[in-house]
Amino acid sequence: MTIDAADLDYRCINEEIRKVDGKCIITSCLGQRFIASGMSNIDIEIEGIPGNALGSYLNGGTITVHGNAQDAVGDTMNDGKIVVHGNIGDAAGYAMRGGRIYIKGDAGYRAGIHMKEYQEKVPLMIIGGSAGSFLGEYQSGGVIIVLNLNSRRQKSVGFFPCTGMHGGKVFLRSRCEDVVFPPQVIRRSATDEDRNELRSYLEEYCDLFSLDLEEILFSEFTVVTPDSKNPYRRMYVAN
Amino acid sequence: MSKGVHYRMGKLCDNGRLFVFMKDALMKREGEVRIPSGCAIAAVISRKKENIPGSLIIKAMGPMHDRSNGLGGGFAGYGIYPEYKDFYAMHLFFDNRDSRKACEVFIKEYFEIVKSEVIPTRKIPSITDEPIIWRYFLHPLMSMMLSLQLDEKSFVARAVMKINTELDGAYVFSSGKNMGTFKAVGYPEDVGLFYRLEEYEGYSWTAHGRYPTNTPGWWGGAHPFSLLDYSVVHNGEISSYDANRRFIEMYGYKCNLQTDTEVITYILDYLIRVKGLTLNEAANVIAAPFWSTINGEKDRRESEIHAYLRKTFPSLLITGPFSIVLGFEGGIMALNDRLKLRSMVVGEMRDRVYIASEEASIRAMDDSAKEIWAPAGGQPVIVRVEDERA
Repeated sequence: MTIDAADLDYRCINEEIRKVDGKCIITSCLGQRFIASGMSNIDIEIEGIPGNALGSYLNGGTITVHGNAQDAVGDTMNDGKIVVHGNIGDAAGYAMRGGRIYIKGDAGYRAGIHMKEYQEKVPLMIIGGSAGSFLGEYQSGGVIIVLNLNSRRQKSVGFFPCTGMHGGKVFLRSRCEDVVFPPQVIRRSATDEDRNELRSYLEEYCDLFSLDLEEILFSEFTVVTPDSKNPYRRMYVAN
Repeated sequence: MSKGVHYRMGKLCDNGRLFVFMKDALMKREGEVRIPSGCAIAAVISRKKENIPGSLIIKAMGPMHDRSNGLGGGFAGYGIYPEYKDFYAMHLFFDNRDSRKACEVFIKEYFEIVKSEVIPTRKIPSITDEPIIWRYFLHPLMSMMLSLQLDEKSFVARAVMKINTELDGAYVFSSGKNMGTFKAVGYPEDVGLFYRLEEYEGYSWTAHGRYPTNTPGWWGGAHPFSLLDYSVVHNGEISSYDANRRFIEMYGYKCNLQTDTEVITYILDYLIRVKGLTLNEAANVIAAPFWSTINGEKDRRESEIHAYLRKTFPSLLITGPFSIVLGFEGGIMALNDRLKLRSMVVGEMRDRVYIASEEASIRAMDDSAKEIWAPAGGQPVIVRVEDERA
């Protein structure tokens, strides 16, 4: 089933998606927001540029974007998978509480802001390129991986990564020598155990984007977790 | 948007001085009330100074429709008045015939009126309650300039401030050479249609769709805000408004409308025209890097310049979310706040550069645009037409 989005607003697109049982291709998408918001059991492919809050509150199924995506992809998503074959805008996976977001290219500012987890619900975000500033801001759970492959940016991550982080885990495929982390987090090199954990996250991703898993795993990774011995006392610094 | 929705939105406002409901606020004018914006911005420029029809920039606003709420839209075009390029093109809103007559008496004291006319508009159901809209092509009177001891641009800027502050029912919303701002209450696509923008051609255009949160939404309060050839479209809400306003009003600027974009326009005019800063330096004043970033800069000279600019103009640091496009004669500059609390992307195709709040907007202008990228917070993107550098 194909939905030509050229003359449809987001409400019409979502109504069409709900009617489809099985795979659905949306063509000529241009900035319509909230696509597949709150839906489950969907299998959507998007050609064109989906608008903000793509797959917000997503509760299951798969969304594949053949190009770039805009801001707040997977806002508060609960389950399912969003695959972006390009770059992604700001605040991807905002307050995400489950599911997976796989990005082939770069992520904008604040990827994974306020990601959280509870019991078996552990969200995962993998960024193939680099991440902008404030990666994992206020992260309280879940896993964020930055692979730093083929990015147009010089650094794997921008300024102020993991600010306010108090849960979850961030993996950066870099030594992060020139990256300044806040004092309330611990950074260390990945151990064998970490690599095994990484392998389990990366298998599906490498499969999707035809990447060599072993080659990626062979690199240096930095792992960032909150430092429970140094809790937040004064959150906001003088600017 | 219905009045009911406004009513629900509103408790609101101001830094503690005024508490009114949006329902009442809607009946007020800009400057009379401040209500605590989402917005949409877009721009296009041809580096080779080729003519771009106004219809293209209207297209850019289509996919971003939901970012505005119909309470303001506007455009600025550069290179649109080639026949009158040596004269200041003043666009004015008047409440009534009397305010126009009174204003013309004032204008004649300071300028020679080369041409005056009603700005052509189109009656459309979505744009209502329009003021009287005129444009004047003006030449400053040398005798007045000499007696006031002002250079030409300062003279024109002062006249604009005087009209906007002292003359009731008259408001200058555009005052540059070979450029013009067109704005109204309505959705930007409708505003473009209203002003018949398809009949204009220019080498660069900026556009704005407004979702006012601090002020009730009056024609004068729509973006772009302009002074001389500077125009600013802005998405965001700056939290340093009062600090910035207090500083800039010491230098002869009058912030009449309580909207944050007005103060940004005056700050940029002050820094670039009056103080002679480069665009890059001005960007480093208003979106100065954090001290921790400045101290960590490897390039020592760069670090010193950033520190110098922060220390020299501390009151002109703009905090809070913003993404802006500054239009000026021969170019544009796009800039995000240093925390990048608003989105903005840039794309290119041949000699054209596109800037917008959303990639979809760029695609609407040019589906083949390449190299879509998002500038970092505080990183200015400056594009000039080619012969300006020569």
